Amino acid sequence: MSKLLEVKDLKVSFNTYNGEVHAVRGVTFDLNKGETLAIVGESGSGKSVTSNAIMRLLPEPHGFIKEGQILLEGVDLAKKSMKEMQKIRGKDISMVFQDPMSSLNPTMKIGNQIMEGLMKHQNMSKTEARKTALELLTLVGIPRPDVRINQYPHQFSGGMRQRVVVAIALACNPKILIADEPTTALDVTIQAQILELMKSIQQKTDSAIIFITHDLGVVANVADRVAVMYAGKIVEIGTVDDIFYNPKHPYTWGLIGSMPTLDSNDEELFAIPGSPPNMLTPPVGDAFAARNQFALEIDTVMEPPMFKVSDTHYAATWLLHPDAPKIEPPDAVKHRMQGFAQTGTKGGGKR
Amino acid sequence: MTRYILRRVWYMLLTLFIIATASFFLMKILPGSPLNAEDKLSEEQKEIILEKYGLNDPVPVQYAKYLGGLVQGDLGVSFKFDNTPVTQILVDRIGPSALLGFQALIVGSILGIFLGLMASIFRNSPIDFSSTIIAVIGTSIPSFVFAGLLQYVFAVKLGWFPVALWGTFEHTILPTIALAIHPLATAARFTRTEMVEVLHSNYIITARAKGVAESGIILKHGLRNALIPLITVLGPMAVGLMTGSMVIEQIFAIPGIGEQFVTSVMVNDYPTIMGTTLLFAFGFILIILIIDLLYGLIDPRIRLAGGSK
Repeated sequence: MSKLLEVKDLKVSFNTYNGEVHAVRGVTFDLNKGETLAIVGESGSGKSVTSNAIMRLLPEPHGFIKEGQILLEGVDLAKKSMKEMQKIRGKDISMVFQDPMSSLNPTMKIGNQIMEGLMKHQNMSKTEARKTALELLTLVGIPRPDVRINQYPHQFSGGMRQRVVVAIALACNPKILIADEPTTALDVTIQAQILELMKSIQQKTDSAIIFITHDLGVVANVADRVAVMYAGKIVEIGTVDDIFYNPKHPYTWGLIGSMPTLDSNDEELFAIPGSPPNMLTPPVGDAFAARNQFALEIDTVMEPPMFKVSDTHYAATWLLHPDAPKIEPPDAVKHRMQGFAQTGTKGGGKR
Repeated sequence: MTRYILRRVWYMLLTLFIIATASFFLMKILPGSPLNAEDKLSEEQKEIILEKYGLNDPVPVQYAKYLGGLVQGDLGVSFKFDNTPVTQILVDRIGPSALLGFQALIVGSILGIFLGLMASIFRNSPIDFSSTIIAVIGTSIPSFVFAGLLQYVFAVKLGWFPVALWGTFEHTILPTIALAIHPLATAARFTRTEMVEVLHSNYIITARAKGVAESGIILKHGLRNALIPLITVLGPMAVGLMTGSMVIEQIFAIPGIGEQFVTSVMVNDYPTIMGTTLLFAFGFILIILIIDLLYGLIDPRIRLAGGSK
């Protein structure tokens, strides 16, 4: 597989009245053609900031890329001007947002909102664009597209609106589709439909997807690889099997342990104690140390490097150092892992 | 849609009836009579005049006569201006007022929206600060102070325009500017506030993510969504402007409705006062109806039931 996107040591900061907030502190990952990479982490871990930085949608100038490269097929997006980015957004990379209720322009017909990108990036005439828009509406599963194309967002339900948002994002056959918690604002049955839709479209168009979520159940469903983010860094990255069957980072253990399961009435729900650090003054050493029951002394002094677990699997925890004590994941987490093994992660995220 | 408009027209008539009644009885409560200033007339002569205009009739009879005339579109006859029908006076006078008001509204709202847009795009820049200063000055300084200032600088000192004259386009420039400053300030303030909010909304980010150019973001996606509250404030302001600003018309000696209204009040010319009041009210209600219809045009969410399907 060839590398489509390489993010190298990306650092993003926000200038606020209280000082510089280090939202993303050196993120490195690759994205291959046609694959789905999930970025998971709790609120404030920097996952949305990372995706906005790739799109260069940060509220510049007070939110800015401090360091690092975002190489799209070898070209650094971090150095592009806003004018150049306008030619890339929507064409090479596009985005599906969290809240379908507010991410469509309320005073514009949805047809026009879909056609806008087509006419800009593909120099289509109005009639051509309209024809393509109709095809897109059919592709995303909106019934009676010839009627719907002339309607306004308020005439659509939440799930239907998200389908429209997906259609807008797909309009120009982007190489990369970034989905920023696309199902968070939808109810569970609709969530499943939108996920199915994105998977089936990916098979048809072969675009790569960066899927941002805090819901591990969704991850198991859609992703090929998973990056776990904490306090502005990737703490563990690997294939879905690596992360679900062989997690190495205590934070990943915490995330897996805190997933509710259907048969979880007899077991405790595992909660990660404390709250994420203040990114105004990121802690020295391992940012997760304060919440980590397995923290070592070195965690408060030095940041752990990325340790290689396998060719596909890396994790940033001192527990992987040859000199570290051998620590097994907590029982609750092990129990979950066994549960995954029985049902198979790909079979359906256990929720 | 037709039913909606018919219902609105019915409400309109009802409102006009209430206003006509209120203004009629207010006239009766008002101290003095139209003959107050007529010292040369003897008591008998005054009595004859009062009798002629029906002012000696019992109040209910006068009221009934007045309403009866109103229904037939007859606003009565002016006591003061050579027995001219009030309708005629209003028709003669509305022209200059409407022209000035229209010019002021166009100039004020276009410049104001432009200024507000600039301020919202270049937020916290010198452009933004100067726009805010203009908005504060425009809303806080009364138009007559501004009018006096304009007369002094451009008419007295520079001599570019006449101080107060009516006839050609040139004569409309100073009063138009004086009238425009208030809508300009209001439009600038509202446009800025709304645009700042709209530009932070999610659909603007969606548009950016599509690769829409910044000009398209502001004009196509932003402005239309920011227009609704603007129309709400500018509409009623438009009535005030079109039906004449009493003070500005006095200052620039413009033969408009406002000037007429002030003169009529001074001399207790009841039918003219009531006619003008009704005209104001009518304009106001009409504009509000137009605004309500405009809302639907701009924002499909408030389009009337049955209009959108």
